[in-house]
Amino acid sequence: MGVDNPLGDNIITTSLDKLVNWSRKSSIWPMTFGLACCAIEMMATGAAHNDLDRFGIIFRASPRQSDCIIIAGTVTKKMLPVIKTVYEQMPEPKWVIAMGACACSGGIFDTYSVVQGIDEALPVDVYIPGCPPRPEALLYGIMKLQDKIWDEKNSFGSAIGMGERIEPAAA
Amino acid sequence: MAENNRAVLKLKEKFAASIIDVVEFRGEVTVTVNKDDIIAILSYLKQSLQYNLLTDVTAVDYLGKRADRFMVVYQLYSIPQKDRLRIKAPVAEADSRIQSATQVWKTANWLEREVYDLFGITFENHPDLRRILMTPDWEGHPLRKDYPLQGPGREPYKGRLS
Repeated sequence: MGVDNPLGDNIITTSLDKLVNWSRKSSIWPMTFGLACCAIEMMATGAAHNDLDRFGIIFRASPRQSDCIIIAGTVTKKMLPVIKTVYEQMPEPKWVIAMGACACSGGIFDTYSVVQGIDEALPVDVYIPGCPPRPEALLYGIMKLQDKIWDEKNSFGSAIGMGERIEPAAA
Repeated sequence: MAENNRAVLKLKEKFAASIIDVVEFRGEVTVTVNKDDIIAILSYLKQSLQYNLLTDVTAVDYLGKRADRFMVVYQLYSIPQKDRLRIKAPVAEADSRIQSATQVWKTANWLEREVYDLFGITFENHPDLRRILMTPDWEGHPLRKDYPLQGPGREPYKGRLS
């Protein structure tokens, strides 16, 4: 019907970015790592009613198999080295979601023993407010992360030595 | 009444010189004693008066309110007699040390480590006096009243607009 089909049936052409970003955003595997009450909401989000599996999100028990870490709860100064170790064990590409008021800013725990926001130590991609955030909020945050992954330019190409990664213009 | 408490009667008999104060409040009997005799008193309470369970060891910081800054508190329970007793011993800041109760109750080990960690009171003859809650390289003792709430490295909180 006027559309040329030179490659025959069942062949789709696209850009490498679109293919890579689509596969990455459709299979975010977060690290199973809960710190406080936010972890209960995170588990609820993963369970049957909200069902993270439908986004291709499967919690992994090993940082070696994860590409996302959800900081779900209060980060104490004693726990920070553990979180840093887990983050460093994750292979690239990797993303960080700060879930809840404590992970974003320390929350109500403005004290000597609590890290005032995980962004003091890790590069956070998505901040989710709430104390704790409802599963819907976590889902929205994860979808925001998916949007962010979808907009990446040449992140795979730069990893295999083809040119530089193109950073999005500041909004 | 505190005067008729079985432990108070015996303690007044045996350690009259070391008892500083006896108080009863809402059925809870508290005996304040001299810290030099603390082990003799605690072992007597365990051996002869069947206070076989040490529920808790903690401390209070009376900064600027009393001559002796700290008060070490022992919460005792007698499983056979089903009654409780609180023993307190004042500890001065200049000489903030007291004998460890680990030789009487093994459970005092971790409880005293917590008091050491958070108040900086040294327990003499403790088998393993290390920090238990804070990291090993932590400086200061956070539950002391002169320890800044938000930690030593930060500007203190000045209200919601700070």
